[in-house]
Amino acid sequence: MFRRLHEVARPVLRFRLDGEPVEGREGDSVAAALLALGRDACRETAVSGAARGGYCMMGVCFDCLVVIDGTGNRQACLVPLREGMSVETQHGRREPGR
Amino acid sequence: MSDEYDIVIIGAGPAGMSAATAAVAQGASVLLLDEGAGPGGQIYRAVTTTPLTDRAVLGPDYWKGAAIATAFAAAGATYQPGATVWHLDAERRVGFSVDGQARLVQAGQVVMATGAQERPFPVAGWTLPGVLSAGAAQTLLKAQGLAATGRVVLAGCGPLLWLFAAQSVAAGLPPSLILDTTPRSNWGRALPHLPSFLATPYARKGLALMARVRRAVPIVSGVTELAIEGEVHAERVVYRRGIRAPVTVPVDHVLLHQGVTPNLNLPAAAGCALDWNEAQACFQPRTDEWGATSLPGLFLAGDGAGIAGAETAASRGALAGLAAAAALGRLSETARDRLAAPMRARLTRQMRGRAFLDALYRPATAFRRAAEEALACRCEEVTGRMLRETAERLQVSGPNQMKTFLRCGMGPCQGRLCGLTVTEAIAQARGVSPVEVGYYRLRSPVKPLTVAEFASLPNTEEERLAVERG
Repeated sequence: MFRRLHEVARPVLRFRLDGEPVEGREGDSVAAALLALGRDACRETAVSGAARGGYCMMGVCFDCLVVIDGTGNRQACLVPLREGMSVETQHGRREPGR
Repeated sequence: MSDEYDIVIIGAGPAGMSAATAAVAQGASVLLLDEGAGPGGQIYRAVTTTPLTDRAVLGPDYWKGAAIATAFAAAGATYQPGATVWHLDAERRVGFSVDGQARLVQAGQVVMATGAQERPFPVAGWTLPGVLSAGAAQTLLKAQGLAATGRVVLAGCGPLLWLFAAQSVAAGLPPSLILDTTPRSNWGRALPHLPSFLATPYARKGLALMARVRRAVPIVSGVTELAIEGEVHAERVVYRRGIRAPVTVPVDHVLLHQGVTPNLNLPAAAGCALDWNEAQACFQPRTDEWGATSLPGLFLAGDGAGIAGAETAASRGALAGLAAAAALGRLSETARDRLAAPMRARLTRQMRGRAFLDALYRPATAFRRAAEEALACRCEEVTGRMLRETAERLQVSGPNQMKTFLRCGMGPCQGRLCGLTVTEAIAQARGVSPVEVGYYRLRSPVKPLTVAEFASLPNTEEERLAVERG
């Protein structure tokens, strides 16, 4: 589990994770917000279906891919969290049309 | 934003910001594109926005980035954060996207300041949720003030491992255990460089930092084997020291690190020549004393041109910025050389001690070539065993041929997390040097691009007519 150090006081941002209402903080990347919620895995791989989460947090590993506002294969570590965003677990391959 | 700039700089770390500041001072129009949300790159990540106001946590070296960011902001270059650069070519066209909108700009000169990434650490279980790189944990600490809690094992080697451990101690959440994989045999090769290292300020700072960590965290050194186990999450670390019996430790998080290597994708796809750096066991684009690559008009500065650390990156960036401005005729070669002289003197000082760090922290070959059951290629899920068996049975000559058999390097990360592992595994199987094996052939676009994004490129009337029927 990742937790916020006590000196961090940033405004709350509400968003949806797999349809459930959850909260992050201003200044979070989507990947950081998921880790703060205890979500270490954010997708299932395209090859074996294994659970996977972000590894590098700097845009090189592509393991934090999620569906954001209906668009798949988004790098969660590079997308700033925004109020009202919809974030979904990415299951396997990117689906046609998303 | 315009369609043409004298100089386009890619990356807002110390090298990119310093290149921009130096080039603008010579009257050049400069566009700086960066994938991050704010200036700083990786080493000074979030230096203008970090929620960690207690400066003792991230330490004085991190805060040196604030002055570089301030100078960059004052210089007045056009700065585009959140920009993913996916194309660069020898004609100096730069393709990038911001919020799904693609653009092409023409640069008179280009300075790539694309930095480093952490070296892959392909041990069994490194793909399990709960396992991150130490650099990833450091990014979360700097940018969001997030820290891993519970039983956190930090494993590997290199200066960043110790720096992050010290920052975690200062934040009040030290790791539970450090597994040090620095090969003991490295000391023999590092010792001849020790006197020159001890003469640098890095030695005193480094030793003090390690002492702070040692007081707060148990450390097991001489670790030669490492594996992470768990069903759907990291649950245990199993390690060995030489011939001693394996030890199992329950964990909540594992943070891995074994040094950093240059980001190769953009320069290599543009066509820049690469060289093998044996001391650092990695490829790096070929550059001269100004950061000029093998292609005219394309410069590369900072750790992307060879690992030497944040302070040298700022100096190398400023030199590349001056050289790019001089190439455009903004200043004479004499003026360029005069301005460069103090920067070069500083760079020479900053480079002292590097040979010692390179020799001491060169990761063990076993940890560079992927364990039998480890996923060497995380995207296409190719193990170390599959690599070696295929290399031997099918006499695979290099990584590009390996792609056709195993698909390694063909997933979304485009070889970033397996390139060096695959090259070294093939070199081992063939009994030749990595130089002979070579690296993946990289091509544009260097970041995945949707068709919709590509179609969003502004078209000229001529381009529209070229594809119109009738």
